Order: sequence, then C-alpha cells, then structure tokens
Amino acid sequence: MTETLQPINETKHQLLDELTIKFAGDSGDGIQLTGQRFAELSSQVGEVVRTMPDFPAEIRAPAGTIGGVSGFQIRTGSDNVHTHGDRLDVLVAMNPASLKSNLAKVKRNGIILVNQDTFSERNLALADYQTSPLVDESLQDYRVFALSITKLTRAALKGSGLSGKEMDRAKNFFALGLICWLFPKPKTAVYQWIDKKFATKTVFAQANRKAFDTGWNYGETAELFATPYEIKKATKLKVDHTSKNQFITGNAAAASALVCAARKAGLPLFLGGYPITPATEVMQELLKIKAPDVKVFQAEDEIAAIGSTVGAAFAGALAATSTSGPGLALMGEFINLAVIAELPLVIINVQRAGPSTGLPTKTEQSDLMQALWGRNGESPLPILAAKTPQDCFNMTYEAARLAIHYMTPVIVLSDLYLSASAEAWHEPEQQELAEIPVHFATQAEGFKPYQRNDDTLARPWAIPGTPGLEHITGGLEKQWDTGGVSYDGENHERMVHLRAQKIANIAKTLPLPPVYGNPNASVLLIGWGSTFGSLLEATEQMNQQGDAVAFIHLQHLNPFPKGLAESIRQYSKVVVAENNLGQLCQMLRAQFLIDAQLISKVQGSPFTVDEVILKLKLMMEKSS
Amino acid sequence: MIANLASSELTRQDFLSNCDPRWCPGCGCFSILRSLTTSFANAGIPKERQVVVSGIGCSSRLPYYTSAYGFHTLHGRAPTVAMGIKLTNPELSVWIVSGDGDALAIGGNHTMHFMRRNSDLKMMLFNNQIYGLTKGQASPTSPPGLKTKSTPYGVTDNPVRPVSLALASGATFVARVHDKDNAMMEAVMDEAQQHKGAVFIEILMNCVTFHDGAFDHVTAKKERDSHSLQLKHGEPMIFGQEREKGIIDRQGQLQVVEIGQSGITERDLLVHDAYSEDTALAHRLALLEYPDFPFPFGIFRKVDAPVYG
Repeated sequence: MTETLQPINETKHQLLDELTIKFAGDSGDGIQLTGQRFAELSSQVGEVVRTMPDFPAEIRAPAGTIGGVSGFQIRTGSDNVHTHGDRLDVLVAMNPASLKSNLAKVKRNGIILVNQDTFSERNLALADYQTSPLVDESLQDYRVFALSITKLTRAALKGSGLSGKEMDRAKNFFALGLICWLFPKPKTAVYQWIDKKFATKTVFAQANRKAFDTGWNYGETAELFATPYEIKKATKLKVDHTSKNQFITGNAAAASALVCAARKAGLPLFLGGYPITPATEVMQELLKIKAPDVKVFQAEDEIAAIGSTVGAAFAGALAATSTSGPGLALMGEFINLAVIAELPLVIINVQRAGPSTGLPTKTEQSDLMQALWGRNGESPLPILAAKTPQDCFNMTYEAARLAIHYMTPVIVLSDLYLSASAEAWHEPEQQELAEIPVHFATQAEGFKPYQRNDDTLARPWAIPGTPGLEHITGGLEKQWDTGGVSYDGENHERMVHLRAQKIANIAKTLPLPPVYGNPNASVLLIGWGSTFGSLLEATEQMNQQGDAVAFIHLQHLNPFPKGLAESIRQYSKVVVAENNLGQLCQMLRAQFLIDAQLISKVQGSPFTVDEVILKLKLMMEKSS
Repeated sequence: MIANLASSELTRQDFLSNCDPRWCPGCGCFSILRSLTTSFANAGIPKERQVVVSGIGCSSRLPYYTSAYGFHTLHGRAPTVAMGIKLTNPELSVWIVSGDGDALAIGGNHTMHFMRRNSDLKMMLFNNQIYGLTKGQASPTSPPGLKTKSTPYGVTDNPVRPVSLALASGATFVARVHDKDNAMMEAVMDEAQQHKGAVFIEILMNCVTFHDGAFDHVTAKKERDSHSLQLKHGEPMIFGQEREKGIIDRQGQLQVVEIGQSGITERDLLVHDAYSEDTALAHRLALLEYPDFPFPFGIFRKVDAPVYG
C-alpha cells in the first residue's frame, strides 16, 4: 500500500534540471487557468517553458468522466527544453478520471498529488475504477500524496460569505499554491494576477488569494516534502521582466505577425475567416486589437472567407485568412484565382488529423501535399512551415513579405500542436523586422497590368481608386504583358512557365537550414513543422549516447532553399520524420533522387523523444 | 469655365472599354450594359472608383466591357470578393454582376449573406431562367415544365423567387426591371447608385439562344401595359393599356379590379409604399405573377438601415 502524507527523503533545496508537470481534472476545475499561471510564473523567473493543453472535444462533456478530463502540461527548465515533455515528473489529479487518463504518462517514482475528496464511489465508477487506487496497490510505483483539497479550501474560506459551490471553485488555487511552494515561484505575481482578473469581484479575489496561501502554507507546514525544488534557469533565454515578454501560442504568434507585417508595410490588415478548430484563435486574437487598420471579417463559410481576402488583396490590403485542412480544401479554387490574378495573400493552415473531419482536436502534418498540389492546373505557390509556437510569428511574417514581394499567395503550415502549445516570447520592435516595401503602381502612361519586375517577375500592384490604371483581372488566362484575356496556346505555355519561374526563383534568396547535432555524421535526420523540438532533443541525446546524427529542419518547403540537395547528399543515410505517411519524404525523393527513409507517426499526437530515438536506432542498425 | 465643365462631364462612352462584347447577337446583356454605363455617367463617380465584380456565366463577362476596375471571379463567389474590396476601401462603389445560376444556385449562400448584412454592395441579377454559357441547362429560376438539356422531361423543381429571397434576406434596396425598358433600368440604377446598403436588382433578361421569348408576355411592348405593374412609391397601383385596372387590398387579399366598376375609384386602390420598414406589402407584391396578376416591376423596397463595415 502506498503510504501517503509521508515526507520523502530529499536533500535540501535539490536542484532539478527540468520539471514536467501536468494539472488535470474535470472540465470545470479551472485546470487551464491553473496550468497557464504556473507556466507564466516559471517563465517569469527565467526558466524555458513549453506548455500543452488538452481538453475534451465536447464543450460540456459529462462531469467526472474520462471524456470530460481537462489537462494542462508544462515542461520547464534550462536551455535544452524544446518540447512539452514526454513523461510526467508530477501529476496533479483533481478527480479519479484525471488520474486514470494520465497515469500512464507519469514517470516511475513520480509524484502524484490527488484531491482525495473527489474519490467518491460515484466518481470512481465514472472513471471505471473497481476499487479506489488510493487504497489498492495500483499506485505503488509512484509517490502519491492524497490531500483533502476540497475540505481544506472550504475550511480556509469559512466565513468568506461564499456558497459551498463558490468555495469549491477556488480549490485550483489551493493546488497552485502548494505547487508554487514546492517549485518556488513569486507569490506577489500571483496576487497581482488574481487582483487584476477579479478586479470587479473582490470577494472572489480574496477567496482565491486565501486558497492560494492555504495551499502554499500547507506545503510549508505539512511536511509532505522536505524541501522545495529549485529548477535550473535558462542561460540563453533573454528574459526581460519589464517589457513586452508574453506567453504565446502559435495561433497568437501568427496573428501578431500579421499585424506587425501590415504595419511594417504601411498597409491596412484584412483577415477573412471562418471558425474551424484549431485555427479559430488566429481570427479571435486579431479581434482583440481594436484599431482602424486591422479589419476582421467573419464570413459565411471558408469560400467567402478567402473570397473576401482575395478582394481585399485586389483593393490593396495585406490580406490573410486562417483555416484548417477541410477549410483549405474549400479554399483551393480561390487560392488558384490569386495564383492567376497574381495577388498577395497569406493563408495560414493550422493542420489537424484528417482525412475529412478526421480527428479535429488532434494534431497531424498531413496537409503538405494538399498545400502543394491541391488545386487544378499548374498552380505554384510558396509554402512555409513553422517549427515552434514563436516560429509561427517568423513564418507568418515571412509569408507576408514574400506574398507582397512576389505578388503571390503563400501558405503557412502550422498545426494543432503549435496552435495550442505556448512558450515565452518577446514581440520584436518594428525596427528589428525585415522591411516589406510596397510599391503601388501609379503611373498611367504605358501601364500594363502584367508587365513584370525583371528581378522578381512580380507584376505591379495596381489598386482600384488609382486614376488611369483601370483594368480587369480574373481567372481567365492572361496575355503575358497586357493582362488581357488570352486563349492563345503559346501565350498560355509562356504564362505557365512564368508563374512557375517566379516561385522557383525564390529558392536562391532562401538560407540553408542550420545543421544540428554532429554535422560529420553519416546519418541525417530531416524534419519540418512542429516536430522540431522532439527531433532536436532526440538528436542531442543520441549524440550524447555516442550515436552520431546530424539534423536539419526545413521551414521552406516550396521552393526548397537553393543548395539543399547538395547538403543532403553529403550524408549516406537520410531519414525523414513526419506526422504523416511520408509527404516531405516523397518530395525529397522525387526532387533530389535520394533514397530518403521515413519515420512516421499518425496517432494525433506529436513524436515523443524516445520514439524518435528508438525508431532511428532501429533504422541505423538495419543499415549497418 | 463652361467649356471646362462640359469637357469634364462623363458620358456613357467613358465607361465602355475598347473590348467588343462577345454575347450572342440580340442578347439582353447588351441592353443592360448600355443602361449600366449610362447610369455610371449619370452618377458622375469617376471610373477609377467604380468596381464591377462578377462571377461566372454569360452575364459575368460584363466587367470586360466597361472601363472601370473589374474582377471576373469564381462561379457564384462575386459577393465575397466584392465584400473584401468594399471593406478595404469604403470609398469605392462596388457592383456585382451575376446570373440566376451564379447567384441563386452555386452562390446562393453568398447572395443571402451579403444582403442580410446590408453590405454596401449593389448586385444585378441577370435572370434569363437558363444556363447559357454551358449551353442550355435548367437554372434555379427555370419555370416548371421547361424542357432543357438537363431536364428532357421538363423542370419539376419549384423555382426560386429572387425578389422574395432578397426581401427575406434583408436587402434594403430591392427592385425588378427588364432588358426591354432602358428608361426603367436607368432610373432604378440611378437610385441604386445613391443608396447606402445592400442593393438587389433582378433584371429579367432574354436569352436569344436557349430560352428565347421567356418574358415576352410581360416585357414585350404590346403586352407590357396590360400584363405588368409599374411600382412607384406613393402612387396607386394602376395598370392596363387604358390604365383601367388596379390592385386593391380586400381583407388582406390583393385583388385585381376594374376602375369604375362596382363603384371602385382610384382612391380605393392600394398605394405603393417602398419606404416602409414593414416588408409585408413588398413580400405580397413579390408573389404576384401573371396571369392571375400583373407582374410587378420597379422598386419594391428602399429603406435606410445601418450598413455593414
């Protein structure tokens, strides 16, 4: 039987390299809020933090069930933290269902903190427990601390004037207080946040502060743990407590990039969107910005969303849309219109598991071929992929720059993992950002809508309202310089090649991706998108263990940077790891004629580091 | 001074491109293009601020024949592109050119939504009751029984009533005109130019090739007066070659009456009120069809309301 409420044998102020902790409970337990608070506190004290929420697909899943469990995972530590963590050091389980659904992720001998007040017969039954795991032997491999969080919180809030139900809503702050004692975080920052959040409801602010303090004091006095644990701080992370540091998800970063790009370019921003998981937050983040130069239009469907975006591009806005795979499918015809009309567009595709509706709340990287080929005719466009939440800023900004510079739609691939996962981030100052020059055509004399810039092959951007430049654009093939309708076969061939060349030319401006790990290794691991963290950590660990591996991660998927083929061919074995059945792998094989091998995972969840190492080692053994 | 003013005045020619229209000879589109460019000249808005956005279909070729800015977009999707243009630059006057297939079949959703938002866009729906560009299939407005290439035994579906749809969707300017009456088209288009909000103009248009004469019973010169009703705000509803007939409201039912018979005078007739906030009368008028009733033309509804964006 697991002994609870026993102090564990720890040396004083033990220093941890890193911590992976998950708060889990019922949908109504305030888990997301608690997790976010702990993540932001960890970031504020200078740790590298990555987070990952998971919540039920149903908005109101039945209380107490496995399906209704909400979780928030945080990994915090020093410079080598690149993912939200494979296994848990600590699980805070606010009910039986959340214990059951997360137990498999807890490390052997890991800490499990449960709210034992919720372990009623009914809740145990809802979680499909025959006997309580707190009394049988099923948890003997873990260090379990069963606390009466509900009762302790109620006792602390007695006389506060709150109802029992209202008091119970403060119990997540008890848990946060205890964890913030165990892994020390500044109390004052929590107080400030509580006071701000509940500014209009001071009675709740007081209750949450009280619950937090009670949890903290409980940790200090109950002797559950001998001492708090210190977590190693980052050495490379720039931490600036005074300015614009924020905790940002991939979707919020993408939204921020659109605003920064539009302002850098001196253009109004227009986003036409339609709600779809997991892309909706891009639109919603922009709606928080109340400024006349940011316009957001919630359309009647994805077709209208991108249609309005194409119209906005024609009229001279930085025009963008955000969607997910099924939406991208609906948008294909309009993306093609932007290809032939040569209008700048940023299309942010936050991928989820398909086909069709698939697993709408699970991650996957399976829209690469759709982005590349999912349109009729020869329809080239640049494709970028973000590798971390904050890279969603970089790639979206770069997409805006390329779109305007080359007068073309650009697709940015993000995914559900990046959309929801968060890390600390510092919004760049305007002067730090790449220039986005905009040259609207104004000269009526000799104006030809398709007369191209010699260098970029971009056509001029001539917007309605400009006298003398009136012209018609549209989906019919264009005469190569006047832009008039042309049914001529030779002109069509010329235009097909011109459009292809315009995109292909971008390759020479792109930097080669950096090589991580051991550049002299014979094995090269290649990834793209949100797998970056797992693949990098796997590479580092393998090199530490004596298996030489080099690793590159591609952000530009069409065109590939010039010289990529040559740098890949230096390695005798090339392995591509991706969350699909080998879409990038096929592209590399087809374009470079290399015998690239595949590590694939399509379980709706990102690679764990261990999985990558295991699969890579197997492949290396096979070939040796 | 006077010479300068005269030279800066815009004419219909200023709004025509040097591109020769490629519609079938005798197509109703020619007449509509004529009225639209006349109305552009009348409005006096410089051509760089007029934008004509179309979908796909015979009608949607129209932007190529005007000298304004134009965008020949996708089948059914013109309202969406128009929306983005208008929201980005509210100074522009944005017209949507569409047909019965374009606006009511594939683009029905967008047609409904631009109107319910009261977007400041002007849609002209060229209704010829047939798919022309794909050579003669049934459209959402094809009358029951019509034999087409896609309905060899005759149309069995109920047709959409475009004016009813516009009213139900909340368009604030709803009108119906036809291609045989340029004066009426221009008068309605001129009013539409000044309107702030969603404009919907159904234009009955003859397809000489695939559905010739579809509207002759209400548009032909000799039939027009007796088979159609010209709606004019504030005026009694009178029709007939001798202006001998009218419409009355008898206990909630619209009825055709002979003026002078059974003691009916002009003062008993229903007076058209296009400016009413209440759409009940407009809805009833939208249901009137020949031969039971004269077919109404003119402005059904014109009200001010907050505009989207």
